[in-house]
Amino acid sequence: MKRVAAALLVLGLAAVAVWTQEARPAADDPILEQRVAALSQELRCLVCQNETLADSRADLAQDLRNQIREQMKAGKSDKEIIAFLTDRYGEFILYRPPVKPATYLLWFGPFVLLIAGLVFLFRHLKARRALITVEPLTADERRRAEELLGGTSDIAATGIAERETV
Amino acid sequence: MSKYAIPLAIFVVLVIFLAIGLGHDPHEIPSPLINKPAPAFQLAQLQDPAKKFSAAEMHGKVWLLNVWATWCLPCREEHPLLVELSRSGAVPIYGMDYKDSRDDAVSLLSEQGNPYVLCVSDSDGRVAIDYGVYGVPETYLIDRGGVIRFKQVGPLTPESIEKNILPLVKELNK
Repeated sequence: MKRVAAALLVLGLAAVAVWTQEARPAADDPILEQRVAALSQELRCLVCQNETLADSRADLAQDLRNQIREQMKAGKSDKEIIAFLTDRYGEFILYRPPVKPATYLLWFGPFVLLIAGLVFLFRHLKARRALITVEPLTADERRRAEELLGGTSDIAATGIAERETV
Repeated sequence: MSKYAIPLAIFVVLVIFLAIGLGHDPHEIPSPLINKPAPAFQLAQLQDPAKKFSAAEMHGKVWLLNVWATWCLPCREEHPLLVELSRSGAVPIYGMDYKDSRDDAVSLLSEQGNPYVLCVSDSDGRVAIDYGVYGVPETYLIDRGGVIRFKQVGPLTPESIEKNILPLVKELNK
């Protein structure tokens, strides 16, 4: 019985081994596959727009990855392949938008807002500081304050004591 | 009063921007191919695979290229509109069956009417990539010189035919 189980297990493992081999993508050229993966990380899937071409399981993403693989095999450079894709799909396909006049607002807008905010904050704080004037208490006010504090101190103390016993 | 003027102004500007943003369809990506020559292709005809059709044959004509598939639901919605448009004779419609089974496509056209002067099959979707197709249906209006003048992403609607396609066809045919 044990032997049969062992044989089955071995068979099962062999089947898994064969299966994994079949499931492996066209990894006949690992360097090429690495290039395909690296470039498709830089590209946007047009179907699921928040995913890169590398991560997307959309059919079109698969087709575009194949397209990239083929062009790489044909000896095209990354730049040429990116040009091929932007000619067809526009710069939207670039996951990292290029820095150019049309995207200045996108790239530098947040920093401009940050600086504007800091300038506003400092000016506001400065203006506010000017408004605060420290006026020392007069002798009369000080006496009254001490009287008030002294008068309530007992109640306050018993209050705390009561709470502590709970 | 002046205390509230600046925050109010910022708020109004923000609301305007957000309202514009809401009106945009993020899935509608502007095509870089508008006003560029339509990519050349030569594909087997759907009805008669032995015969080929190439975009160059359309030189001198204003035509519509409709990319569709039987597995695409919005295409089915669009289909009666295409049939109607082709009956009106306003503009010849050519079809490109995208990554589809030939049999399915042929039987759909015979059942629901064939709006196409001719349909080609782009079975591996390569020509569609040249056209920047990222979903079906998509429709291109191509002028006499073979330049793409308009692209509809998603199904055509009576409004878009009325507002975009027909006036442009008229102008291009002048």
